[in-house]
Amino acid sequence: MNNDFKASITRAVNDANLTGALGKFSEAYKVNRAKAYEGIDFEELRGRIAQIKSQAACDLDGLAETFKKNAEALGAKVYRTSDPNEVKQYILKVARDHGVKSVVKSKSMATEEIHLNRYLMEAGISVAETDLGEWIIQLAGQTPSHMVMPAIHMTKEEVADLFSKELDERISSDIPRLVKVARGELRPKFLAADMGISGGNIAVAETGSIVLVTNEGNARLVTTLPRVHVALIGVEKLVQEFDSVVPILDALPRSATGQLLTSYVSIITGPTPNDDGSLKELHIILMDNRRTEMAKDPKFKQALQCIRCGSCLNVCPIFRLVGGHVFGGIYTGGIGTILTAWFDELKKSEDIQGLCIQCGNCNPVCPGKLDIPEMIMEIRRRLVLEKGQTLVQKAIFGVVNNRKLFHSMLRAASIAGKPFTSGKFIRHLPLFLSDLTDGRSLPAIAGEPFRDSFAKIKQPKCQQKIAFYGGCLIDFAYPEMGIALVKLLNKAGIEVTFPLEQTCCGAPALYNGAYEVAAQNATDNIQALMREEVTHVVSACPTCTVALTHEFVKTLDTLGQSEWLPQAKKLAEKTIDLATLVKQLVDAGRLSFKEGEQLGKVTYHDSCHLKRTLNVFEQPRELLQKAGYQVTEMFECDMCCGMGGSYSMKLPEISAPILQKKLQNIKETGAPVVAMDCPGCVMQIRGGFDKDSSGVRVQHTVELLVDRLKD
Amino acid sequence: MYQQFKARAVGVGAEVYHFETKQNALDFILPFLQQEGTADAPGCHAVWAASPFLDSLEQTQWPKYPGLSFQVTRELAAQAKIGISQMEWALADTGSLVQDQGAVEQRLVSSLTTIHIALVPTGNILEGKQALFKRINPSTSRYIAFITGPSRTADIERVLTIGVHGPERLIIIFVDELGGENQ
Repeated sequence: MNNDFKASITRAVNDANLTGALGKFSEAYKVNRAKAYEGIDFEELRGRIAQIKSQAACDLDGLAETFKKNAEALGAKVYRTSDPNEVKQYILKVARDHGVKSVVKSKSMATEEIHLNRYLMEAGISVAETDLGEWIIQLAGQTPSHMVMPAIHMTKEEVADLFSKELDERISSDIPRLVKVARGELRPKFLAADMGISGGNIAVAETGSIVLVTNEGNARLVTTLPRVHVALIGVEKLVQEFDSVVPILDALPRSATGQLLTSYVSIITGPTPNDDGSLKELHIILMDNRRTEMAKDPKFKQALQCIRCGSCLNVCPIFRLVGGHVFGGIYTGGIGTILTAWFDELKKSEDIQGLCIQCGNCNPVCPGKLDIPEMIMEIRRRLVLEKGQTLVQKAIFGVVNNRKLFHSMLRAASIAGKPFTSGKFIRHLPLFLSDLTDGRSLPAIAGEPFRDSFAKIKQPKCQQKIAFYGGCLIDFAYPEMGIALVKLLNKAGIEVTFPLEQTCCGAPALYNGAYEVAAQNATDNIQALMREEVTHVVSACPTCTVALTHEFVKTLDTLGQSEWLPQAKKLAEKTIDLATLVKQLVDAGRLSFKEGEQLGKVTYHDSCHLKRTLNVFEQPRELLQKAGYQVTEMFECDMCCGMGGSYSMKLPEISAPILQKKLQNIKETGAPVVAMDCPGCVMQIRGGFDKDSSGVRVQHTVELLVDRLKD
Repeated sequence: MYQQFKARAVGVGAEVYHFETKQNALDFILPFLQQEGTADAPGCHAVWAASPFLDSLEQTQWPKYPGLSFQVTRELAAQAKIGISQMEWALADTGSLVQDQGAVEQRLVSSLTTIHIALVPTGNILEGKQALFKRINPSTSRYIAFITGPSRTADIERVLTIGVHGPERLIIIFVDELGGENQ
């Protein structure tokens, strides 16, 4: 990772104003959003929006032509181009033709995308942003740090300083006073401006209408007072039918700010008369700038379903720590990473794509049904294809792809690590794993891996056999979890097999864009796990489970490797996570818990893959309760713990504060035990508590359940 | 639906009143002008845009008050504290008002002033956007405006602040006598 980029992250996470404002907002957002959607079937609504926008993306060219025809029939002038430079030249020409000296603008990301202000100002035209947040950052000479709240990174004191400088008088930092100052300063600019420039939240092809959604009322003034109105709109804002405006208006304000509707919505269809009786000069520019190309890419077409609400930013555990400026461009957050990779260039996303921890928090809230983590994975894959892996990665994955070498190195680490361990934790790791111990303790590599212990377990002979997929962490760091799993399934009359040729699930390689490596891991595992006749393949690691149930098929498919695809699909069907399996066994009466146990409070941490990919969150809670625990919920129980596989190695400056927040939320419940179903989360959170020394026990659910079962 | 509308609109900071007759509404508005110091002086004007409410009265019956003008110009609206207009529809589920504001004076009185008084036919309260979209037509209505509460921002430290560029007060007056489709 680039040093400047690393430095910008360090600056951001240490900026108390920024993390404080974003953190508070993101916590309040969740509540406000839920309230705004009360009584609305969000899944149904976003299904409609995704369908409308996806259909539009199939025919952007046709919609743009229809829009042009209809808007021009009403007297608007519509200009279509894919080139940002032509957009700027066109607007300057319109300005020159009409003797425009000053421009007022309402918020438009598209104009920022092409750096329009600078271009017009260099041509001698004065340009004032009128959205309060945009005006503030214009005065500060900055770029927006958030799509909906551009100046969220600034304090009222900083704003007061800016305004004082602009007005050349001392202005207090009282917020209502600051807002009044902005009203007073901008009002004469509105009244004097010759041209108003707006964006557009929606453009309707069949009527030639544009829809503007605002709260401050500036867009109404921008589109009313100046003689000339120019609207710059990205073609992805096009929809075919007028009725499509309704679902988008239902979702946009609710998802953006938790409002039922913004203060103002304006639907403008053709020019209207000015107050001097002349007809408004209305120019609508439909800008492509690689959007059509994006629509033709099967992996990225879905990005055009975005309605720019910014909810993916608001729920992102990374964004609320670092804010928008580390993204370097105009568009920020997860969606910003994708848009930057396209509208600028793939290379520009090289560093910022690494910010995504793949927790999937953005997926369930997206009103356009975008799968942002998946698109970011695709960016990683393409970056690796274009640039190759780094030498370090190549070395690591070279090892991971050779099971025998990989496993013998892990065994070696258990011995080599000995001088560095204290108790059950490693303070420093040898070789390529050395960065891992930054900021939290790591488990010692077990003296005896699970694969060796397994051979010594005496199992009853049973009718039903289930194969156990261990995964690296249980196999080499937490064999006791595997031993507990065998014991538990034996009690249900199930014999556990452990195919020894199983290897790394490929997730580390996959999440770094090294698809070829992941595919090799996939085929090795498919062969190992499909060899024996078993009813299920069970895993006690959600990331591994997702690899087996989702990623093997996807990876092979993406690479066009069809040989093992049918077997991969069969494996996916057979694979089950431990919590779901145990719940089924309990429901079927094959397992039952000792009665009358009062085991006290436990709080449960939802692991990202288990909750959001596998949709499993009730089962482990129910099992813990049945076992005799009292489950006490923590704040943000399903927020990522900051582990994210190798993420915590690459970006410890982000991973560490996320972990601290998680530890704090756990401690606030007062529960002496925290349960979870992912050994990766155990590693992160147990390591955090080791350094925190508050005595909270961190356990995999299986460890809490195993001794509570009736024989 | 009136109660639902009122709850929603008040929830976003609007003030909502309900009168039976136009005269009742006038009896509210004129003292209000006085209370707000309406006068023939910069910053103190009131402007009243063309509306079915006024159309239904003889010009001689139009309310008279110093500083109140029925000629809406940009200059006057920019100097006015109060703007009065009629909005056609009210949406119960979001507390919004909707009007075809293709005529520029409708926008001037409702966007440049500090206080916007909106008269609305009680019979035109609709459930929501779905019902509204069956009744509006962009090919004839060039500027369809939705207004939901006063102008607001939270751009400084996420603190909700009222009255940025648009009105800081929105006063909604339902008048039964103005009719509407549900009457």
